[in-house]
Amino acid sequence: MTIQTEVKELHAPGHRACPGCGCAIAVKLILRETGPNTIVVSPTGCLETFTSPFRGSSWEVPWIHSLFENAPAIATGVLAGLNSKGNVDGTKVVAIGGDGGTYDIGMGALSGMFERKDDILYICYDNEAYMNTGIQGSSATPLGAGTTTTPVVGDSFGKMVSKKDLLAIALAHDVPYVGTASIANPADLKKKVRKGMDNPGPAFILMLSPCNLGWGFEPEDTVELARKAISTGLFPIVEFENGRLVSAQKIKPVPVEEYLKPQKRYQHLYKKENFNEVLKAIQEKADRNIEKYDLAKDRN
Amino acid sequence: MDLPLGGVCKAGESRKLETGKWRSFRPVVDKAKCIKCGRCAEFCPDSCMEIKEDGAEVNLYYCKGCLICMRECPVDAITKEVEEK
Repeated sequence: MTIQTEVKELHAPGHRACPGCGCAIAVKLILRETGPNTIVVSPTGCLETFTSPFRGSSWEVPWIHSLFENAPAIATGVLAGLNSKGNVDGTKVVAIGGDGGTYDIGMGALSGMFERKDDILYICYDNEAYMNTGIQGSSATPLGAGTTTTPVVGDSFGKMVSKKDLLAIALAHDVPYVGTASIANPADLKKKVRKGMDNPGPAFILMLSPCNLGWGFEPEDTVELARKAISTGLFPIVEFENGRLVSAQKIKPVPVEEYLKPQKRYQHLYKKENFNEVLKAIQEKADRNIEKYDLAKDRN
Repeated sequence: MDLPLGGVCKAGESRKLETGKWRSFRPVVDKAKCIKCGRCAEFCPDSCMEIKEDGAEVNLYYCKGCLICMRECPVDAITKEVEEK
């Protein structure tokens, strides 16, 4: 069997991600920008699982995984180790975690990392549930989405409360660079990774990462759904420097239906009349985002 | 399986894993239509697309057949075929 070595990516192919994985696209793009002089830290999650089976690591940069809850603390330790040796090569530390390890289980450690103002770039690929263990809801699961722990039975319509606002939590810690990015716009994603690395002190990037298995859509639609999340206003692409909004990607808003309808996790909302309220609430959330960040293109 | 001393894992060892075996559809590039824009290569989760002189080429050793390349191609140069084993 020939080993295929000609693919020039630091995130090697042959990894065990599902076909059409949004996270796999993201990590490939992120590592293209960070380059080899980087140490990556991951909490438990899809990324950790699909890149590190025994004798099947797809990392070609130094990479460390410890536990579900402590990736930011491990990153701090890696950085402290580098600094104690002088860090003459200027090696950067980047943590990449899923929404489970970031929004829920690693929240405390992440808050500590933000507070200490460690020079680490933390990137959260948010697929809005615990996909790797079987689609259990997380605090990143949005209102109305069905998962195995927010089931759709009778009058229950999936997740009953809305998603945690992680961007606001990062901003509340006075993180100097906070932004959102998307696999649908690789140039912007890479630009933000660069900014986050160059920025002294902590940086945080939130990235929506569609999961065809958990959300229920065809693998080929991964990038298209990431695009729809932006154009509906549900996932605004914004950037904050020192707490001030410095850029927001303008959109021509489309109804949230275009984003929700192709996904199985939202199908029930279109089948029962009394779920209309939920649909309305989702549309209102999108409208609020559009107003808050002034996303709509001027009509002229 | 021959185990390495101390259970050491090497960087990028996944390169030997043939994920192409998972495929049920195969993307086929019409090189006459391909404009070599590189969108398929940018979006491929498995880094299967390579832009060569005469157009995009699929690395079938790794391609899992997700068909994001087909969906994202701006000139519809990529179509799918059922994989026969």
